[in-house]
Amino acid sequence: MVRDLTPLFEPRGVVVTGVSAHPGKFGFVTLHNLLSCGYEGRVFAVAREPGTILDHPVLASVDEVPEGAADLLVVCTPASANEQIIRKAAERGVRAVFVTAGGYSETGDEGAVAEARLVALTDELDLVLAGPNGQGITSPPVGLCAQIVAPFPPRGRIGVASQSGNFVSAFQNYAGQTGVGISRSVSAGNSAATGIADYLEWFAEDPETDVGLCYVEGLSDGREFFNQVRDVTLRMPVVVVKGGVTRGGQRAAASHTGSLASDDRVFDGMARQAGLVRAATIEAAFEAAATFATQPLPDGGGVVVLTTAGGWGVVTADAVTTHRYLNLTPLPDDLLAAVDGMLPPRWSRNNPLDLAGGETRDTIPELLDLVTGHPEVDSIVQLGLGIQGNTAALTRSGPFHPDHGLERIVDFHERQEYRYAEAAAEASSTHGKPVLVASELAVARPDNPMVTAVRNTNRLCYPSADRAVVALGHLVQYATWRRARA
Amino acid sequence: MTENGVDLPTGRATCTLSEARSRQMVARVGIPVSDWATAGDPDAAVDAARSVGLPAVVKLCGDAIAHKTERGLVRLSLTSENEVREAAIGLLAAARPEDGPVELLVSTMVQGSRELIAGMVRNPQFGPCVMLGVGGVLAEAVADAAFRLAPLDRLDAHDLINDLGAQALLGELRGEPAVDRDALADILCGLGDLAADPDVASVDLNPLVIVDGRAIAVDALVEATGDQSPI
Repeated sequence: MVRDLTPLFEPRGVVVTGVSAHPGKFGFVTLHNLLSCGYEGRVFAVAREPGTILDHPVLASVDEVPEGAADLLVVCTPASANEQIIRKAAERGVRAVFVTAGGYSETGDEGAVAEARLVALTDELDLVLAGPNGQGITSPPVGLCAQIVAPFPPRGRIGVASQSGNFVSAFQNYAGQTGVGISRSVSAGNSAATGIADYLEWFAEDPETDVGLCYVEGLSDGREFFNQVRDVTLRMPVVVVKGGVTRGGQRAAASHTGSLASDDRVFDGMARQAGLVRAATIEAAFEAAATFATQPLPDGGGVVVLTTAGGWGVVTADAVTTHRYLNLTPLPDDLLAAVDGMLPPRWSRNNPLDLAGGETRDTIPELLDLVTGHPEVDSIVQLGLGIQGNTAALTRSGPFHPDHGLERIVDFHERQEYRYAEAAAEASSTHGKPVLVASELAVARPDNPMVTAVRNTNRLCYPSADRAVVALGHLVQYATWRRARA
Repeated sequence: MTENGVDLPTGRATCTLSEARSRQMVARVGIPVSDWATAGDPDAAVDAARSVGLPAVVKLCGDAIAHKTERGLVRLSLTSENEVREAAIGLLAAARPEDGPVELLVSTMVQGSRELIAGMVRNPQFGPCVMLGVGGVLAEAVADAAFRLAPLDRLDAHDLINDLGAQALLGELRGEPAVDRDALADILCGLGDLAADPDVASVDLNPLVIVDGRAIAVDALVEATGDQSPI
């Protein structure tokens, strides 16, 4: 039975306690964020001092919240005050509680007792309990930013659940940078009553979410996590980063099997068995999730590398060839013949499909459609875009622009970059295959028109070919796992 | 956040079973083991070698003897009845008082250039797990091993086989056929089935020797929880 987290992510109204007039305090920041990101529900601020804060009237007690006006209570008061507040909030009809305060199990035995009491209380009152010791939640589809920190991410299809608040922020920052947005995010804190797998279960049923992204350090019951997640991954891809992998676990064992059973190997096997996509780093995790959110699942591991530049094609071919789940598709004869008709004879006649500078105005968009549409091709990595945009940028900022015909050529270069990015997105949607555009310009020159244009198609411009290959590998791994169990 | 536990899940003491009892247990879930018999004295050992066939292996076997190789209690490639007899005499003489009741285990000498290791162990966080790795005396040093949670279905077992880094070891090699992955998957599923008995704490099959592409356990070690023998 999946716990209904609607009151957490789409509450009718929100109560914040521990609000203070001091702009440096968490309660103030939370109220500010709730009032600043487009949330249309009612917001009730409970503060010790009467009056207004941020022009918003404050209540002296949770008792003053109208019955049934708020689903979510965000607790920014210290641990000691919370029991009373939560009881009162439940009486006013609140159905979910986010506890930001620390001072619970992360502090030791006494805190653990307090946390157990908190769980017992919320169980008794039938409340969803998130946290304690977490940063909060965001829910861009309803403009909800109930967190003690920034940023508020752009809206998208990625559901984030993390045992580290910092990494919630990191994923939100990447979402802001790349434009590939987030549907829901939660900093799970101590996961006292609601764990990462509980959030993932709800995300799988959430129409706003297409992919789960989670950071996990410790699991109170690993087997339960496995059982929950295995059902989730049959419906929705889930990307996981595991912290603490180097921690021991190779305790003295009578058996060889036991001495080889490091925590990391067992976690890794569990993750693969559950259909989780395990990313090596935080940025790789975001990029994998962003890829699931914006690209179709491929039918197989065959990749064609399309490139305007030799070197990138070569190293990308290496990355594809050495990847466990990917291979370079040998160019089929009919495709070879078709490309022969489009390019001068110096093109590579092989995969990577290197244009060798033989392209004219329409070659790249036409090739993208032709190659992506070929039945023997599963996915495309497109490299070497942005060169014209780069030229345009230097020309535009140089002393000769706009004379000497430069205005026209700059416009042409920039228009072409838009066409390429749009053609990549269109080929992907038309043929239902991943088409990944990669260029260091994504980070080196994010103002390059190609980067902007890819962003405008709501897709990720991968910062390197290698990172595109890693992300694509995750897609193929998951697609293979899921197909075998369909 | 929460514990990465470091204790055995039950906290109960464990004891190892003799190779003979371990072989019986794993054979019961369909895991192929090399032909074998036990013997109480050198004469019986020779008879046993005659029945399993030469060349033979003779080992000293007892519940308290977990790791025989380290103590030199394994005599390999015995090609004559005389060699079997001498090995048996030597092994019985090597028994120590703390070994408790011992006997001789005589098995056929299985030849194969490839060795895997497989096993079952209970993880404090995830419960029973099945492992497959590159085996032999260097198993821990090579540390090419992967896990799945028990019980395994056949897809899981095949995925586990695909997780081994040394895939070339599983293909055709030096004139030998490729490893029969279906048969290996049966072994892994069998190990997963053994986990259903809560008294089985761990199982080692090391090595699994590849003979004509098929994996055969030439040693087995079962670790049992508590005083109750799972047999």
